[in-house]
Amino acid sequence: MDEEELTAQETALYDRQIRVWGVDAQRRLSKSHVLVSGMSGTIAEFCKNIVLAGVGRLTLMDDRVFSEQSLLANFLIPPDASEHCGRSLAEICCDSLKEFNLMVRVSVEKGDLSSFDAEFFDKFDVVVIAGCSLTIKKAINEKCRKRPKRIAFYAVDCRDSCGEIFVDLQSYTYLKQKGEDTFEHNMQYPSLVDSIAVPWRSLPRKATKLYFAMRVIERFEVAQSLRPGETSAADIPSVLELKKELCKVQSVNESHIPDRLLERLLTHPREHPAVCAIIGGILGQEVIKAISCKGDPLKNFFYFDAADGKGIIEAIADYVSS
Amino acid sequence: MASGKELEVIKGSKVLMVGAGGIGCELLKTLALSGFEDIHIIDMDTIEVSNLNRQFLFRQSHVGQSKARVAREAVLKFRPHINITAYHANVKDPDFNVDFFKQFNVVLNGLDNLDARRHVNRLCLAADVPLVESGTTGFLGQVTVHIKGKTECYECQPKPAPKTYPVCTITSTPSKFVHCIVWAKDLLFAKLFGDRNQDNDLNVLSTDANDLSKQTEDVFERRSDEDLDQYGRRIYDHVFGYNIEMALANEETWKNRNRPKPIYIEDVFSQKQAKQNGIADQNCGSENSGISAMSSLGLKNPQDVWSLFENTRVFLEALKLFFEKREKEVGSVTFDKDDQLAVEFVTAAANIRAASFGIPLHSLFESKGIAGNIVHAVATTNAIIAGLIVIEAIKVLQNDADNYRMTYCVEHPLKKMLLMPVEPFEPNKSCYVCSETPLSLEVNTNHSKLRDFVEKVVKKKLGMNCPLIMVGSTLLYEVGDDLDEAMVANYEANLEKVLAELPVPVASGTMVSVEDLQQELTCTINIKHREEFDEDEPDEMVLVGWSQPVATEKEDKSVSNGGEGTSDAAGKLKTNDNLDETEIVPTSEIVSVVGSKRKLSELSNTDVKEVISTVSSVHSSAHQMEEINDDEDDVVMLDENPEQAKKKR
Ligand SMILES: [Zn+2]
Repeated sequence: MDEEELTAQETALYDRQIRVWGVDAQRRLSKSHVLVSGMSGTIAEFCKNIVLAGVGRLTLMDDRVFSEQSLLANFLIPPDASEHCGRSLAEICCDSLKEFNLMVRVSVEKGDLSSFDAEFFDKFDVVVIAGCSLTIKKAINEKCRKRPKRIAFYAVDCRDSCGEIFVDLQSYTYLKQKGEDTFEHNMQYPSLVDSIAVPWRSLPRKATKLYFAMRVIERFEVAQSLRPGETSAADIPSVLELKKELCKVQSVNESHIPDRLLERLLTHPREHPAVCAIIGGILGQEVIKAISCKGDPLKNFFYFDAADGKGIIEAIADYVSS
Repeated sequence: MASGKELEVIKGSKVLMVGAGGIGCELLKTLALSGFEDIHIIDMDTIEVSNLNRQFLFRQSHVGQSKARVAREAVLKFRPHINITAYHANVKDPDFNVDFFKQFNVVLNGLDNLDARRHVNRLCLAADVPLVESGTTGFLGQVTVHIKGKTECYECQPKPAPKTYPVCTITSTPSKFVHCIVWAKDLLFAKLFGDRNQDNDLNVLSTDANDLSKQTEDVFERRSDEDLDQYGRRIYDHVFGYNIEMALANEETWKNRNRPKPIYIEDVFSQKQAKQNGIADQNCGSENSGISAMSSLGLKNPQDVWSLFENTRVFLEALKLFFEKREKEVGSVTFDKDDQLAVEFVTAAANIRAASFGIPLHSLFESKGIAGNIVHAVATTNAIIAGLIVIEAIKVLQNDADNYRMTYCVEHPLKKMLLMPVEPFEPNKSCYVCSETPLSLEVNTNHSKLRDFVEKVVKKKLGMNCPLIMVGSTLLYEVGDDLDEAMVANYEANLEKVLAELPVPVASGTMVSVEDLQQELTCTINIKHREEFDEDEPDEMVLVGWSQPVATEKEDKSVSNGGEGTSDAAGKLKTNDNLDETEIVPTSEIVSVVGSKRKLSELSNTDVKEVISTVSSVHSSAHQMEEINDDEDDVVMLDENPEQAKKKR
């Protein structure tokens, strides 16, 4: 392990969290480089959490410009449009994030993430994307998986008062603690493509309905060439139709995906600030675990629904046939 | 985003937040984003450097300023058109009375101490305003909803009491590092730099008490012909050498224990050829933060564990610096975890004592955590908990009682869940705070004074702030600014009288009414005279019907590690307020909930077992990650409670 010491300034600032995860973890954090794409409210929460935690570098991507929509659940964007004249959301958020922790280098990368070649990802330890279509999610996940070094990949999506996190740590080894013992433990993660290819009927009955609902909507958006969350109540009939079809193909009962849930997700595609805080918090925690190699990481989907208040881990990975 | 109807309710609501710390910053942000437009926030604290890693509304330049006010300014930057009213004040101030609370639709707690939580609970009950309560430690957190008459109140279940230690463990037979810390901080540090007139058990180890007390006075007083080096060395030899020899003389003590070894300065220094302590007097500023024994000795890393030799040098150097650079303060210094020199001294002294007793030494970083009762905190848990508070608050505003949940945020998934909702519990019918259950007090009415009753029962146990005590229509005691001199004198006189000799005699069968006007809480206490009390009833009073905080060690006399004391000795030894800027979660509640027979929504019997094992594993992993905390309140309570929980089942 690197014996470089934390500075007195770092020790003072990070005192309380070092007491939770230790000096080694703090040191690993300060050497890590995280990429996020899509400055949603959830991503704003996530960025705040890891900047406070003291990651080394954070690169933001989002070339969209300011709109009333963009600030709804995002506290990193001051509401006065005149301040932003033509600057991208990534640039605006970058300015706010820098203030949270002077020891973290926050920067902006311009361009369309999906057009970057695979080598671009080599400088990152963690890649987090939000607001991307299924096609882009798959493509970036595959690029990350093909690199010589392990790049942790996360995709998040929040709609109405629900949120989803997908995690791919590829082959991940960490120090697992069981009782008084600590031992090396390896976990294998499947790709997004392989995960969502698992036949629905082979998943347990109690699997969260949100998993299936998100797959239906994701498909619908790809078919209609919509950006994630660009749906509206008008799409309900077509989505319900698609759901029928999919359930038939997958030979599962239609009650697997309640219409009411789909209606919620389509009618209110915007983020719920409280859910952003929760999903951004869980995501921040998971990324900190993955970087520090400390603590059991979740595998490989996480769901939260404010309607029932449950924060559930769904191990779809366990049903991927190898 | 919220639906139209939901947003309307949110916009029309007026909410009170208590606490602008770790949870508070997150909560204020999430409330503002969620559309709340009238938010009041109370916090008496000012901003410290160690807050900045998670209280993201604050910057380095805000250190020293009011948390409530700075948080308000920061949130107005991204939501300029909402109303935020900030109070830099203690929630226990009389201004925040029942009428004040009544103006709010819901109260949201992000507090860091039991006292304030109890106080807000009572005001919410009195004002009939719903309360959403919360707490976090590390990766653990919880949110609960308290609605008068519908769900349990914050005090329906007993809360864990802070860890205390028997005095003799601290003064004579330490077996853990924390015992050495308590000795160094509450006894030695207090003796040398604090108020010397306070009772101090530093020398309680000989059979001949009279002889010793005389001697003690001499020992700690600096002699006129003595320079600071000589003084420091003499103190060192006395507390680490002579006192240990004295203790060793008592053979009985060491029959089943490892005998400590006395440490004299000559032994430590003869091995190294360092006679002169300290390298050079470096230029120290006038501020305390600049005065450091570590820096004048060239020790840099607070994570390092110093050798006995290094600890000895730090001890002598810190002692010298106190008398040289902070002379004016000597006699009135109280231990503060942010006082670098104090932490250095306590670390060194605890380590030397640990070396003497064969206990592993610890780093300054670890010692500071133990001495300051520092509770770990991370931003993510606070953010998650704040999100859950807002979700519950919105339900409360919509009167959606069927969907109220208490939610636990756990470190290790339970039934696949990291966030686990549970239906709220019904009020405890025998809760003295939210039900009308009378209490009864067993007391020797011929021995105990009214003062004992006020201090030990009314204030300490019932948690009242401004009590008023009546028998029938006769006032025996009250507190207030508007009392005239004669009344004050009258009450003072009453305090010194035994209960049976008060103007209205209090004897078996007397109903005493105790009221706190601010909290609008009234209790009726039925007095039962009792002649004899056991050793384990040090107050000589037993309050029946009151749920005792779960004590961890039962001793007639105990010392707390700077926390809330549970005995007189502890009260006197208390040198600082713990948890002053951290968040606590009474984690043991998870267990007490499980241990009881009440139904956990959607959880079966097997799950209950899982909860216990989860909580235990949370404990053991916390224990491993943070060895230094093996004696901290929250963690220790987890250790104790699963047993109790099992017993109950
Ligand atoms: Zn109650």
